[in-house]
Order: sequence, then structure tokens, then C-alpha cells
Amino acid sequence: MAANEKRTKSMRIANMHIPSHGLMLFWSIIALFPFYMLIVNSFKSGLQIYANPFGLPTEWTLANYEYIIEASNFFMYFGNSFLVVSVSLFFILLLGSLAAYALAHWRSTVSTAIYFFFIIGMMLPIKIATIRLMEIIKSLGLMNTLWSLFPIYIAMGLPFAVFILTEFIRGLPIDLYEAAYIDGAKRSKIYYSIVLPLIKPALATVAIYNLVPIWNDLWFPLIFITADNQKTVLLAVTKLQGQYATDWPRVFALLTLSALPVITLYLLFSRNFVAGLTAGAIKG
Amino acid sequence: MRKRSGLRRYGAGSVHPGGFYWQWYLIPALLLYSIFMAYPMIDSVRLSLFAGTTGTRAFVGFDNYSRLFTDPLISKRFLNAFGNTWVFFAFHMLLQNVLGMMFAVVLTNRTMRGRTIYQTIVFVPCTIAVLVTGYLFKLILNPVWTGRILRDAGLAFLAKPWLGMESSALNIVSLVSVWQWVGIPTMMFIAGLQGISDDLIEAATIDGADSWKTFWKIKLPLIMPVVGMIAIMTFVSNFNAFDIVYAMETPNGAPNYATDIIGTMFYRYGVAGEHPTGIPQPGVGAAISTVIFIMLLIGVIPTLSRTRRKED
Repeated sequence: MAANEKRTKSMRIANMHIPSHGLMLFWSIIALFPFYMLIVNSFKSGLQIYANPFGLPTEWTLANYEYIIEASNFFMYFGNSFLVVSVSLFFILLLGSLAAYALAHWRSTVSTAIYFFFIIGMMLPIKIATIRLMEIIKSLGLMNTLWSLFPIYIAMGLPFAVFILTEFIRGLPIDLYEAAYIDGAKRSKIYYSIVLPLIKPALATVAIYNLVPIWNDLWFPLIFITADNQKTVLLAVTKLQGQYATDWPRVFALLTLSALPVITLYLLFSRNFVAGLTAGAIKG
Repeated sequence: MRKRSGLRRYGAGSVHPGGFYWQWYLIPALLLYSIFMAYPMIDSVRLSLFAGTTGTRAFVGFDNYSRLFTDPLISKRFLNAFGNTWVFFAFHMLLQNVLGMMFAVVLTNRTMRGRTIYQTIVFVPCTIAVLVTGYLFKLILNPVWTGRILRDAGLAFLAKPWLGMESSALNIVSLVSVWQWVGIPTMMFIAGLQGISDDLIEAATIDGADSWKTFWKIKLPLIMPVVGMIAIMTFVSNFNAFDIVYAMETPNGAPNYATDIIGTMFYRYGVAGEHPTGIPQPGVGAAISTVIFIMLLIGVIPTLSRTRRKED
């Protein structure tokens, strides 16, 4: 009896996982501390921030946020980023699902070759195509407009979309369409009324996987866009960061604002986020 | 030979009349992907044999490459950036991925509480832009700001201009990047570890294996494919890195090119123009991107052929 009790007790202690919690708490502090600094300091005044970098504000102020929103067209940059992300995602999902439907249902040497042609793009960063892309964008007259970003982001998102959606459609039971095919239903109808509704979870994965890198992309806006009214949030951040260089609370407020949309989405849908952002490696 | 029945008669695995009926479903995606990704990637290789821009372009053979490797200034920059990229890679491989593995092992322990919260926290930094991370840490690490408090707290040895010293700048930039991205390997290892059957672990435990032994003898061998995948992803993203140095140390890889990596060098030579002329040299840029392209293919082709085998 006593021995048994002793064992349960030692098991209970083992189940408390003290070293594991120690490790994770330690990392949690490291992971969250910069966010604490970011948010807390964005509510301080210029004087407070120098006197007291680490503490909570003695007086919370919204002045930094008000300044950025009023003085810097921040909502315009936001609107630009939102437009770029939503249009690119729409076309990645549309074109990706059409191609995936074809590649899942048509098996031949040609379709396998096309499939691998798409997949190799998952492992190669589009950045190495930059030198030629600059000339293509220039010759299309898209330089210095948001339009330059759409085709690039769509092309960049397609390999992963084709990969995930093709695998997903192949995994669906054939019976689902067999009857429809026999009845002579058109493929466009099958795509729209059978395939699309069934692949919604995979579409969500693809959308999330592409959303973060497109919203957070700096490279292509930096190269293609100089006109202020065409700037994305991140490109605007590089400019405003330089302008406010001496006014740190404003920089903190600016960085907070630019990071807010994706962090909010992540906290709301963290499960889908993790699934989306790690899907590529698990299946590959 | 696969058993074919019903609609499968149109070709192995096809569930519908095969062939080029499917072209209309494939062409839009293929066109966009080819014109804006595949073609410019391959054509950048061709451009590496030319000098000048549209209009003034002239064939120069391998001149850009010979400049990259022998021109006193360019080769110095290139070898420096190449070396720095490997240091940056080593940090991610040895620190980020090992930490990720540790976190994943801890967080797949079913009897531990609060796992979801820890997972969420580990992953939060992955969702913010690299640029924002860079600017944020640049401010936090500024000795003028946080240094005074550190000195008052008796931690004067920490109050140094870490980002301004050639000896530490690259290490600090790499550590910041590790801080941001450790969530990716963590989540992937978690998914891999969750796929291991409980019976295996239980059997090992009954046979007297402790958790240390179970990890080395069972878990690690079983998730080796994930380890390989992450190694390759780390390798690829490493050559893709740019924003973090841009934000923390300017595209010049300050101080004195100590943090210059392939990404920033490519930007300066191919796009923005390198000091002192300030004129971009697309040929040299294309040569740099071709070198990256070849290095990535060396890393990527084995993975792809593995996927292919699975496909067949």
C-alpha cells in the first residue's frame, strides 16, 4: 500500500514535467519579450521611452497611433496591401484548383511532367528570377504600380496550391464523381458543384500558406514601386521608419500597426495557421 | 498492373477521358507560372552571359562569372557574402532546428499541460514580417536606449553596440532570425512525432528504455524524413534571406560588410547599384542568382526524386 502510494506520488511529480515547463517558460519569455517592448513602448511619450524603456507606461497615450493614422496615409497603404493579398489569393485558389482538378483526374506522362514542373517551383525562391522579371514588368508597363505585384505573387503561389490541391483531390473517393460522369455531367459543372465544395479545407490551407508571405513581402514592392500611393504597408514602413527615426514611440506604433492584422488572424485561427504553414513539409 | 474498371479505362488512375481535353483547366495556371516564374528563372541564367541592360546588352560569355570569382573587389565581396551566408545557415541548422526538435519532443508529451499555449507562443514570431522583427530588434539592441538601464543593473557587459561591431553583428542578426523562425521546425517536428504510433513507445518503455533512449533509438530514426525536409528548407530559405539584414544593418551589410549575405549582395549588384558607381550590373546580378540557382538545385533535386519515387 505504502509503496504504491509512493509510486503514485513519484509519478505525479514526473507528470508535472518540471524541466519541460522550465524550458518552455524560458523560451516563452524570450519569444514574448520583444512583443512586450513593441506594444508597451508604442503607448509611451518620447520622454518616457528614454527614461523607462522596460516598464509599463506611467501615462498611456494614443498620440503615436493618432499621428501615424492622420499624418501618413496609413489606411491607404493598408488598402493597397489588402488589395494585393486578396486579389492574389483569389487567383491562386481559382487557377490552382482548376489545374489541380485536371492533374488529379488526368493521369498520363504529360500530366505527370506538368505536375513536376509545378512542384519544382515550391523549392525555388522566385527571387532568383528577379533580374529578368524586372525587364518583363518594365516592358508590360507595370513598373511603379500595384499591378506589377499581382502576376508575380500568383505565379509564386501556384506551385504549392497545385501540390496541395492535387493531392487532396486525388484523396477524395472516386464514387463522388463517377455517377456524375456517367450521367454526362459537364466537367465545369463537376468542378463547381462537387470538387470546389469538397476541397474547402485544402483551399483554406493554401490561402493561409500564401497570405503571410504575400502580406509580409518586402522584396518586390521595394524593387518595383516608388510612387507613394502604390506602396504596400511594409514598403511604407521602411519609409516612415526612416522619417520617424528620432521619434521612437512612433516607430513602435508604426510597427505594431503593420503587424496587427496577421497576428490577429493568427490568434483567431492558430490551428489552421500552423496546419497551413507546415503542410508543405509534412506531405513532401 | 493496376486493376482497371469502369471509368478508369482512360488511363492508369484517370477517372475521366484523359488527354488534352484538360487543357483549358491547365493553361491559365501554366501560362502565369511559366511567364512570371519558370521562364524568368531560366532566362536569368542566360542573362548571366550578357552585360548591360535592354538596348545596350552585349554577349560577354563567362565574363560575369570570372569577375565574380577573380575581380579584386567583386570577388572579395562575393566570397565574403558567401561565407557569411554559411554562418547564417549554421545558426539556423544547429540552433534553430535543434531547439525546434527539443520543443517538439517536450510538446508532444501527452501528460504535459499547457502544450497548446506554448505552441501558440513559439509560433507567434513566425507571423510577423521579417522587416518588423529587424526594426524592432534594432531598437531594442540600441545601447543608447537600453544600455543605461543595463549598466545601472550591473550588466554593463551587455550594453554594447552589438549590431555595430564587426565581430558580433552577423551572429546577432542570425540569432534574431533564429528567434523568429524556430516555430516552423517545432511545428513540423511535432507533426512528425505525432505520427509515431503509441504502441512503439509503450513497448520500448516496458522494455526499460528511458525517454532519452526512446528519442535516439525510436523517435529520431522515424522522423528522419522530416529532419531531411527541414534541412533542405533551411538551406533554401537561407539563400532567400534579405529582409533581416536590410532592416537591421542596411542593404550594405553594415558594419563594413560584416553582415553582407548573398541576398543583400544580389540586391546591390543586380538591382540597386553597388557603391561606388551606384549603377546596377544586371549581368553580375544574374551570375549571382545563377550560382544560387545551381546550389539550390543540388539541394532540391534529391528531395524531388524522393517525392517522385513515392508518386510511382
